[in-house]
Amino acid sequence: MELTRRNALAIGAGAFAATILPIQAFAAADEAIAAFTGGADVGEGGITLTSPEIAENGNTVPVAVDAPGAVSIVLLAAGNPDPAVATANFGPLSAAQKVSMRIRLAGSQDIVAVAKMADGSFVKTANPIKVTIGGCGG
Amino acid sequence: MASGVKPRVKVPKSAAAGSAITIKTLISHKMESGRRKDADGNLIPRSIINRFTAEFNGQSVIEVMMEPSISTNPFFEFDATVPEAGEFKFTWYDDDGDVYEATKPIAMA
Repeated sequence: MELTRRNALAIGAGAFAATILPIQAFAAADEAIAAFTGGADVGEGGITLTSPEIAENGNTVPVAVDAPGAVSIVLLAAGNPDPAVATANFGPLSAAQKVSMRIRLAGSQDIVAVAKMADGSFVKTANPIKVTIGGCGG
Repeated sequence: MASGVKPRVKVPKSAAAGSAITIKTLISHKMESGRRKDADGNLIPRSIINRFTAEFNGQSVIEVMMEPSISTNPFFEFDATVPEAGEFKFTWYDDDGDVYEATKPIAMA
């Protein structure tokens, strides 16, 4: 292929699209966070996300979220086709605001946990997970 | 999916009043995400359990809304306070309207 001005522009546009695509995936997760917080500021700290560094099988990845004093927790997988994973609401008889579950991950990505505290504030944390075999079929 | 769904729950038989106990729940369910395709390339329709609740004597312990990103055979582990003797009630709500229930009594130690 001759390197003409038109080709150079096409390559440039392709490279631009490639860099912007992952940002869109994160945008879906950001939208999910905004829907949960109602646009409020999200702080850091006070929430712990326990997950494996490397998950061999993306079909069942054990994760645990611990957020003392939280009333509800949202778990998101930014790189999944649908980022929402689960929402947990803690009742009056919940002894500790923590929950463990097993989730599906389509590929290596960051998982995000956002907690709503009893005073109405929000905190979040994120963990990267490397996935060897994705768990979304297809 | 109304066949082969079997809830399994692990709750201590007894606990001291006001103490915290750990509960583990597992329910067998294929949790079809709605994104997989069968051998002919047709999408397999979504069929998951979308909500799980745990209650003790009618008071809520935890409620979890599930999305297709939850694994097959959804498993949960959480802590509950036991103020008195009574019964835990666990409920799973399926997309197709089925409701699966399990109950576990607990005595005071």
